[in-house]
Amino acid sequence: MAVPLTCPQTDPAPALFSVRGLRLSFPDSAHKPLFAPAPRIEVLKGLDLDLPKGQITGIVGESGSGKSTLGRVLVRLMRPDAGQVLLNGQDISTLNEAALRPLRRNLQMIFQDPMSSLNPRHKVWRIVAAPLARYECGSAPQIGLAERRDQALRALERVGLDPGFGERYPHELSGGQRQRVGIARAIALEPEFILADEIVSGLDVSSQAQVLSLLKSLAQEMNLTIAFISHDLSVIRHLCDNVIVLNRGEILENGSVEQVFSAPQSDITRLLLDAIPLPELDDKWFD
Amino acid sequence: MADVSLQTTPRARSGRRNLRLWLPLAWISTLVLAAVLAPLIAPHDPLYQDLFLERLPPFFMAGTEPGYWLGTDSLGRDVLSRVIYGTRIALCVSLIAATATCLVGSTLGLLAGFFGGWWDRVISRLIEIWMAFPPVLFAVLLVAVMGTGLTSVIVAIALIDWTRFARVIRAETMVQAQMDYVDSAQIGGARRLTTLVSEILPNVLPSIVALLMLEMGIAVIVEAILSFVNLSLSSDVATWGSMIAEGRNAIHFAWWVLLFPLIALFLTVLSFSQLGEGLKQRFDPVLQ
Repeated sequence: MAVPLTCPQTDPAPALFSVRGLRLSFPDSAHKPLFAPAPRIEVLKGLDLDLPKGQITGIVGESGSGKSTLGRVLVRLMRPDAGQVLLNGQDISTLNEAALRPLRRNLQMIFQDPMSSLNPRHKVWRIVAAPLARYECGSAPQIGLAERRDQALRALERVGLDPGFGERYPHELSGGQRQRVGIARAIALEPEFILADEIVSGLDVSSQAQVLSLLKSLAQEMNLTIAFISHDLSVIRHLCDNVIVLNRGEILENGSVEQVFSAPQSDITRLLLDAIPLPELDDKWFD
Repeated sequence: MADVSLQTTPRARSGRRNLRLWLPLAWISTLVLAAVLAPLIAPHDPLYQDLFLERLPPFFMAGTEPGYWLGTDSLGRDVLSRVIYGTRIALCVSLIAATATCLVGSTLGLLAGFFGGWWDRVISRLIEIWMAFPPVLFAVLLVAVMGTGLTSVIVAIALIDWTRFARVIRAETMVQAQMDYVDSAQIGGARRLTTLVSEILPNVLPSIVALLMLEMGIAVIVEAILSFVNLSLSSDVATWGSMIAEGRNAIHFAWWVLLFPLIALFLTVLSFSQLGEGLKQRFDPVLQ
C-alpha cells in the first residue's frame, strides 16, 4: 500500500462511510400480543463509526452482537430505523432501491456461504458476468456476450482461477475455489467498498489463509475499502488496519488494530483476545 | 446417499436413470406416431358399426375374426382402431391442458412465493378457496356451463388444477428466495423481476417440469373421467374415457372393450410421471 509519509494517527484517512446514530430493530413475533403490534428487539443501538478509505476495518463480536446486521445496513440490504449512513457524504440510509441501484456498483459484498450465494444453476463465468452486464462495465455501452465472458474470465484470473473454471458449476468447485468466485464477482465491478461477511468461517485453515492473503493483496492493488466481519480475532489481527468490537448492538472498541490489541478498553474485548489460540509451541511438547 | 452409491457404480445408476427416461419416451413417441398416423395404421374406421361383428374377442381367444386384433365392442366397432384414434384426444388434452395449467399455476406460485406480502395473501387465499371445491364436481359443473367439447375440457382442467402448481411452486420459490444468491443479485444491481426470472426460475424449473409431466398424466385421467360421465366430447369421437364407460356396461361378456383403453391410459399416465422424474435427473446439473 502506498503509505503516506505522515503518521496515520495524526492524519486519519478520509472516511468512505460515516455512520451516525444508527438504530435498527426487528419485530419480535414470538412475543406478539394478540391485538397489538409485536414488541421490537433492538439490534443496533445508536452506532457511530467511520470506515476510513482504502483501509480494512474488522468488525468483531459474538453471534447476535449485530455485526452482520450492521454490514447489511452498510450495503443497504437492510434499511435502518434511524440514523445516517453517509457514503462519500451522501446519506444512503433512506434511498429506495431504484436510487440505490447506480450506487450498488460501488458497494459489493462477499457472502459467508458461497454454496448459497452462487446460483447453483449458473456457470461460474455467468455468475461473475451478471453484475458486469447490468452496469455495462468497461468499453462500449453494448458489448457482446463473448467480451463480457472475457471480462468475467479476467476477474477469475485475478483471484487465481484458470479460465477453465468459468465453464464449471459452483458445486463442482472446492470451498476455497467457491469463495474465490465470490471475490471475483465482488471485484469485477471495481468497487470502492466490499463487505466481507464471515467469508472464511466455512473454510479449512489452509484455504482460509489463501483466501485472506488474496483479499489483502487485492485490497492493496485496487485501493479497496473493506469491512471485514468476523468472530475470529486472530484473522482480524492478520488482515485489518482497524477494528470495531460490537457487543449487543453497541460499540465497545473502535480503533487501530495495534491500539485495541495492545490496550483493550473493555473486559469483553479482553476475554475475546484471551480466546485467541496462541501460535507459540511449548518447547517440551516434543519430548 | 453415500451408502447407496457404495452399492451401485455410477454407470449402473446412470443406466437405470436412462431407462426411466427412455422407456416413457418410447411409449409416448409411439402414442404420438399413432395419433399422427391414425388414418394410415388403424385397420378399420373407428366409428364404423357392424352389428354382425359385435363383441368379437381379441386375437388370442377363440371365435375371433381376422383383422380385428383387439376385438370389437357392443356395436361392432374395432377396439384397436378406437384406441389408436383415442390417442389423438388424449395427447391433445394432455399437452394443451397441462401446459395451460402449468403456466397459470407456476406464474401465480412464483409471484406469491417471491414477492410475498399482498401478492402472497391474495394468491394463497385463492388457492385455499379453490381447493375446498370437490374437483370432479367442479369440472362437471364447468363443462355443464360451458357445454361439452375439447375446449371446455381443456379450460376445465386448467381452472381446476392450477392450484397444484401454485402451491408447490410457491413453497419452492419461498425456499429459494431465502438463498444468498438472491441478495447477491440485488447487490449486483438486478431488478426484482429480473432476479425472479433469471435467478430463481432456473432453480424452480426442475420441479415445474416434473409437475408438468405429472399434470399431463392427470389431464388424461380427468378427460377420461369427464368422458366417463359423458361430459367430454360428443359420442362420435373415439376417446379412451368413453370407451371405458361403454365397456363398463358389457364387462361381463366383453371385458376387452374396457381393458385395452384402460391399459393405454395406465401406461400413458405412468410414462408421463416417470418422464418427469427422468428429465429432472437427466437435466439437473446438481444431481448429476
